[in-house]
Amino acid sequence: MVHAVCPITSHENVGSQIYVLGFRSSNLSANIEPGQFVNIKVDDSRSPLLRRPFSVYKVIRDVVQIIFNVVGAGTKILSEKRPGEMLDVIGPLGRPFGVKSRYETALLVAGGLGVAPLPMVTDAIGGKRNIVTFLGARTKNQVVCTSLTNVHVATDDGSEGFHGTVVDLLRYELSRNLFPNPRIFACGPLAMLNSLNKLAAEYAIPCEVSLESTMACGIGICQGCPVERVGQEKKYSLVCKEGPVFDSQTIRFS
Amino acid sequence: MVHTRVTIGSLVLKNPVLVASGTFGYGDECADLVDVNRLGGVITKSLSLKPREGNPPVRIVETTGGMLNSIGLANIGVEKFIVAKLPYLQTLQTCVIVNIAGSTIDEYCMVLSRLDEQDGIHGYEINVSCPNVKEGGLSFGTNCDMVAEITRRLRLLTKKTLIVKLTPNVTHVSEFARAAAGAGADAVSLINTLVGMAVDLKRRAPVLSTTTGGLSGPAIKPVALAKVYEVARAVTIPVIGIGGIVSPEDAIEFLLVGASAVEVGTANFVDPAAGVKIAEGIERYCEENNIGAVTDLIGSLNVAQTTSVIDSWL
Repeated sequence: MVHAVCPITSHENVGSQIYVLGFRSSNLSANIEPGQFVNIKVDDSRSPLLRRPFSVYKVIRDVVQIIFNVVGAGTKILSEKRPGEMLDVIGPLGRPFGVKSRYETALLVAGGLGVAPLPMVTDAIGGKRNIVTFLGARTKNQVVCTSLTNVHVATDDGSEGFHGTVVDLLRYELSRNLFPNPRIFACGPLAMLNSLNKLAAEYAIPCEVSLESTMACGIGICQGCPVERVGQEKKYSLVCKEGPVFDSQTIRFS
Repeated sequence: MVHTRVTIGSLVLKNPVLVASGTFGYGDECADLVDVNRLGGVITKSLSLKPREGNPPVRIVETTGGMLNSIGLANIGVEKFIVAKLPYLQTLQTCVIVNIAGSTIDEYCMVLSRLDEQDGIHGYEINVSCPNVKEGGLSFGTNCDMVAEITRRLRLLTKKTLIVKLTPNVTHVSEFARAAAGAGADAVSLINTLVGMAVDLKRRAPVLSTTTGGLSGPAIKPVALAKVYEVARAVTIPVIGIGGIVSPEDAIEFLLVGASAVEVGTANFVDPAAGVKIAEGIERYCEENNIGAVTDLIGSLNVAQTTSVIDSWL
């Protein structure tokens, strides 16, 4: 874990209100695993006060990229950054995806900008195992599918690919394909992960999900980002430190 | 050369900057990002007798210039602390103060007694001011007789420095400071968080699972300064100032109104090295202003003089 002030190297609008921002830090870039996140102070003011957590999207040599949708005050400020400006970053943080565990087919599933960690997951799995990727979005211009493999798209409005949710798409694919020894790696809104968890349980597919939460510190000291667990020793785990990646069967989605 | 030491009870702090309970874990979590030994001291997350799971999500929300929390004293309990966390704290070359919480006076006493058998703990801060638990906490802290009784009972159990942490959620906090001082506290620290609330308009519902929570951060600094000023004039024991300290200038303001030391809280969430940077900044301020000792700043507010702040405002 390092605290670095990093120069912004690139900033690109890649879709409707969707941006990819890159910053240079060799300390950070060398140690990031797929599914980990960085915690960013979007400016030096006291409002907003707290850092904002972002999944690492890609690492290209010493440049770390994040992808974000402009949804609130923090992302609004970030969207106005220009190359050359500095960014205050703590990372890498959190528990990564278990890409090295035992499986033959990786099923990558994302809702919206839950796509963020998937390029790094794809890269880490490499060519040795099968990867099938399922992306869900509200509409066509919110689908971001670079650096992914074997992509199937679902849109809520049917403007691209399957007309429906990404979990419905996966359900359809599971019913007509035999994916040998599969394992799911997923990220997206809680409601989507909830229905994905049920689907994974039906087919007895191990399923890792990356959760998001508001958090104050990102390093386990504020205790502000609990998620309720089932069948675990403790009732709550911290998304920032014990997650963000969890075995979906151990999460109480309610 | 600036003398940065300050004294709190029997404790000599190498500088006046402590990290506030609940904002620095048990110290080891932050060791990657800050040299903990450069702090005046570490105050641990509140410890109760048994582990506490804490409140359901949502526990935190950012508000203008601050944040609300409703953690609910989630902690590992005193026994696990002794096994898993104390060995690290014993290696530190700075003061270690353990914050204690309880649902009953007996629980406070049992936790303190158990800790007092251990090496490497230099003092205790007593949390009688948590707004986010049902029993104990604030219900003790808003009852003057109860604050006196808890302090009296704990004083009998330890010779180490005993600090009582006060809540601002009362009419006259100085009455509570006097009660703690009269019952044998070595110091008081204030302010704990102010009770606050955030509303989600989309759901027309409270944001926090407990409806209300504790407000902290820069938003509360003016309130905290006024409370510290009030208490510093009411008691002769040292006062530790807490509330929205982010910069060295913030900390110096607390020293001026009468605090002998300060605790940095919410700022640690943004930068775990905030406390060390603030300590360095206080020293630099003294050097630049030919102030030989940090203790010269304490209570040195010039109340007879008012001044125009139009330049910094513009």
